[in-house]
Amino acid sequence: MLRVDVSKRLGGPTIEASFTSEGRVTGLFGASGAGKTSLINMIAGLSRPDRGIIAIDGETLDETATQTHVPVHRRRIGYVFQDLRLFPHFDVRQNLDYGRRMNRLAEDGVQQKRVTDMLDIGHLLDRRPGRLSGGERQRVALGRALLSQPRLLLLDEPLGSLDEERKEEILPYLVRLRDEAGIPMVYVSHDPSEMRKLATQIVMLRRGRVTAFGGAEILPVALAPG
Amino acid sequence: MLDISPTEWTAIELSLRVATVATLVATPVGVAVAWLLARREFWGKALLDAFIHLPLVLPPVVTGYLLLLTFGRRGLIGAWLADHLGIVFAFRWTGAALACGIMSFPLLVRPIRLSIEAVDRRLEQAAATLGAAPWQVFVTVTLPLALPGVLAGMVLGFAKAIGEFGATITFVSNIPGETQVISSAIYSLIQTPDGDSAALRLVVVSILISTAALVASEWFARRALLRLHGI
Repeated sequence: MLRVDVSKRLGGPTIEASFTSEGRVTGLFGASGAGKTSLINMIAGLSRPDRGIIAIDGETLDETATQTHVPVHRRRIGYVFQDLRLFPHFDVRQNLDYGRRMNRLAEDGVQQKRVTDMLDIGHLLDRRPGRLSGGERQRVALGRALLSQPRLLLLDEPLGSLDEERKEEILPYLVRLRDEAGIPMVYVSHDPSEMRKLATQIVMLRRGRVTAFGGAEILPVALAPG
Repeated sequence: MLDISPTEWTAIELSLRVATVATLVATPVGVAVAWLLARREFWGKALLDAFIHLPLVLPPVVTGYLLLLTFGRRGLIGAWLADHLGIVFAFRWTGAALACGIMSFPLLVRPIRLSIEAVDRRLEQAAATLGAAPWQVFVTVTLPLALPGVLAGMVLGFAKAIGEFGATITFVSNIPGETQVISSAIYSLIQTPDGDSAALRLVVVSILISTAALVASEWFARRALLRLHGI
């Protein structure tokens, strides 16, 4: 269970968001500038709310009243950034293995094989990120976050930077991720059709505020494709 | 070709030893200072920045004299070090290394600082979300990506240390076999009748060492670009 009740003043609109989600995939839906990324940055611990609480499964990660702030590296929250942020000086194998090494987890060949198979990246292990296509990078970033064994996975517009063809390439992997990985996710997007396909609960954001919460029925009806 | 005499060899060997020790000792300090200047905001940051650049703008003889006042046998720090730890800098080759380390410090720090500043902080954030504590982020992401800059700084610092003259001769004098490095040996030779050819030999050696250092630094800079592009 993810509980978020925060406010934060930023350059743009003030974020005043409150929701509790039990969903396997919580969709954060809204136009650009609605505060989606600011919100998941707070969940990840990369920025601190001015006021409020963030808790996962009963563990408080942020609580301004008690000055609680669990640092980013102790949160065990995986984050697939919109700009991916693969380590350029490591090959794919080292990128994938990074979270396990930093958390001093035992090597788990089975888990590693399961993730690389699921994402079809087994043949890329010896390459550097600079030698990967956009879709391949996206999958490696997903794999890297998964293999750090997070208790929550944040996905920020994972299809945002891809063209239509690439989106169709990645989407099935995200569906598999939702159905097979067993890790709750927060999925950020401005695209209603992605939300329909992936999210089990949707938080609609507008100018920093939650305007609706529920299932796919709260999404705007698509007028035209795209 | 170059018919180098034993005295000249001693000066060359001493120069290399002094510059190597100065560079190796200054580098960890330089990395720490560069990281502070690149990544942290604190009171007195501008002051620290100005302070480490002082040797670059002060007349070297002033820096040397200040070293003599502080690290000399009766100096504030020098007396304490000599009495308690038995470490003496004045008129020793270690003093030459100290002078060279301080004189080359600004040149050592600058490329390291620039390369740390150039490391994408978003990658450091990504490392943290994967469970890396701040020191692990530094060791596994920041430092490897800044490494070409660190090596370039070391090469530049080394080249400066090899060429140092003013502060060294003021602080530790010009004692053959103990503190006479290439530059102070050349200085002595050109004041000696018939010293010209010996001086020229050392000039050639000095040009060779400095050129090699600069070529190495250029090479490291090019490696840095490749590395940052993830190829």
